[in-house]
This record gives sequence, structure tokens and C-alpha cells, in this order.
Amino acid sequence: MLSGTLFAVGLIGVIVRRNMITVLMCIELMLNAVNINLVAFSHRLADLQGQVFAVFVITVAAGEAAVGLAIIIQLYRMRSTVNVDEVKTLHG
Amino acid sequence: MSMDEISAQMPLLVFLVIGTLAVASSILVVAMRNPVHSALFLLLTFLCVAVLFVIKSAEFVAAVQVLVYAGGIMVLFLFVVMLINYRHLPEDRVLSKVWLGGIGVGLAVFVLFFSLVRNGAYADQAPDAAKKLSTVSESYLTQHPSDPSKLVRRTRDRENRNAEAVGMALYRDYLVPFEVVSLFLLVAMIGAIVIGKRELSSEEEESTPQFILERAEVEKEVKESMSA
Repeated sequence: MLSGTLFAVGLIGVIVRRNMITVLMCIELMLNAVNINLVAFSHRLADLQGQVFAVFVITVAAGEAAVGLAIIIQLYRMRSTVNVDEVKTLHG
Repeated sequence: MSMDEISAQMPLLVFLVIGTLAVASSILVVAMRNPVHSALFLLLTFLCVAVLFVIKSAEFVAAVQVLVYAGGIMVLFLFVVMLINYRHLPEDRVLSKVWLGGIGVGLAVFVLFFSLVRNGAYADQAPDAAKKLSTVSESYLTQHPSDPSKLVRRTRDRENRNAEAVGMALYRDYLVPFEVVSLFLLVAMIGAIVIGKRELSSEEEESTPQFILERAEVEKEVKESMSA
């Protein structure tokens, strides 16, 4: 329940905000919601796999944040903007 | 209400309070205009989630959550927010063009999860939740009675063995995924360094070897062709 709420808030944030840093924070929020779900079901089913996978998710989140923030910094150097809507070179 | 009843209700009470706090601060993460405020509320959310992990007897994951998220990722975020001088950016509109659709999709997903939790296979309360709370790590250890490691037997009388059980699972049953994750972290680190590297200044160019200069030239060309 709480996990779903947190995930929904994060999803809204990803789509709604224009600032790229905030979008990345919302992605972290979604990953955290997934972690809550994993741990809750691990507790519920008395199985440790959920906690192991939560650790993996945390690792992946750390890597994703590092690469994402590097991309943001480089983008800011090239374009001096962190706005999602203004970055559309890949738009075809 | 006696003292025992109060302490039996304690996890639920803490869950309600901390859960409400987590949701409220996550909403504030999305709603705040200033990225620094967003990052600080994100920190609050992470700490609340760590407390929830402790309630669910996942102490190791809670510790990792505090160390990695609250320690590492938050520092990274704050660094980038400080590095990018957001006050110079024209922030006339905070919301994206598709904000209405975004809220719609988010609410739809919320309703989906809500109905899933309400009507799904796990809708009923766990019958022996209190018992499982204390035996979640123990049940894992007893699954491997033929364990040759003496460490397990020596520490078996200790009160809390969640970290030990998670470590056992991580290094024995999930050894290959663990190594893959470590490789992934290496790749992410190299990628972040390569992407975040800035172009060389003139005094650096004099002292650098030729092959690095050639690579910097190629990178510059690629960037120019991308931004053109």
C-alpha cells in the first residue's frame, strides 16, 4: 500500500517536473518504493530472497544515480540547461 | 490497555506514523521548487524507509539504505545541485508540458496498486506475523543445516542474525549475481568518469602525452557534431 503510494508519487514526479535533477530524485523514489515492497514480502513470506534483491536494487540505484548525474553535469556544460523539455537533439 | 498490549501495537503505530511521514515528504520532494529542498526531503524519505525496514526485521537492508542512499547518493545529489548553479537558470515554469497526463498516469497506477493490494492474494493479514517477525532470519539458517562453516554455529545463540543470514545468502546462493553487480558498479564508475570528464585546458595540453590529446580531439569533434 505504502509502496504503491510512494511509487505513484515518484512516477508523477518523473513525468511532471522539468528540472532533470528532480526527475532523477523521483526515479530514486520509485526504486525505494520497490525496495519497500521487496522487504515487506520477504517478511511476509519468511523468505530472505526479497532482502537480497533489495540490496541488489540499492546497488543498481547507486550506479544509476552516478551515471545520471554525470550526464546531467555534461549536459549543463554543453547547453547550460537542466531542463528536460529543451533537450531534444535525439528527437529525430 | 496494559503495557504488553501497547508494546504489541508498537510496530503498527510506528508503521503508520513513519509511513505517513514518508509519503508526505515524498510528495514534498516532487512539489518543492528548490532542488536543495527536494534533496533534503528525499533524505527524510530515505530515513523513514530505513525505519520501515527495521520494523520488517530487515536490519541489514536498513543499514545499507542509510549508508548508500543517505550517505552516498544524497551527497552526490547535493554536489550536483551545488555544481549546477540553478539560480542562473530561467525557471519560469517548473512543470513540464505534459503535467496533466503525468498526474493522470500516476493516479491510474496508484488505483491499480490499490486494487491489487485490496483484492490480491495477500489481502488478508498475515496469520502469524508476530512469530515471523522474530524468525525470518532464523528460518533461513535452519534451511542449511549441513553448513560446514563454524561461524554460524558459534554465533547461533546471538539475538539478531539478520545481517549474517543476508550475508550467507548473498555470498553463497547469489554469488554470481553478486559478482555481476560488482562488475556493473565498475562499469558505472568508468562511465560516470568518462561522461563527466571536462575538456583539457591549454596548460594541461602541454604536459599530456600525444594519444590523450588525439582522443580529446576526437571527443571534441563528436560533441560539436552532437550540438550542431
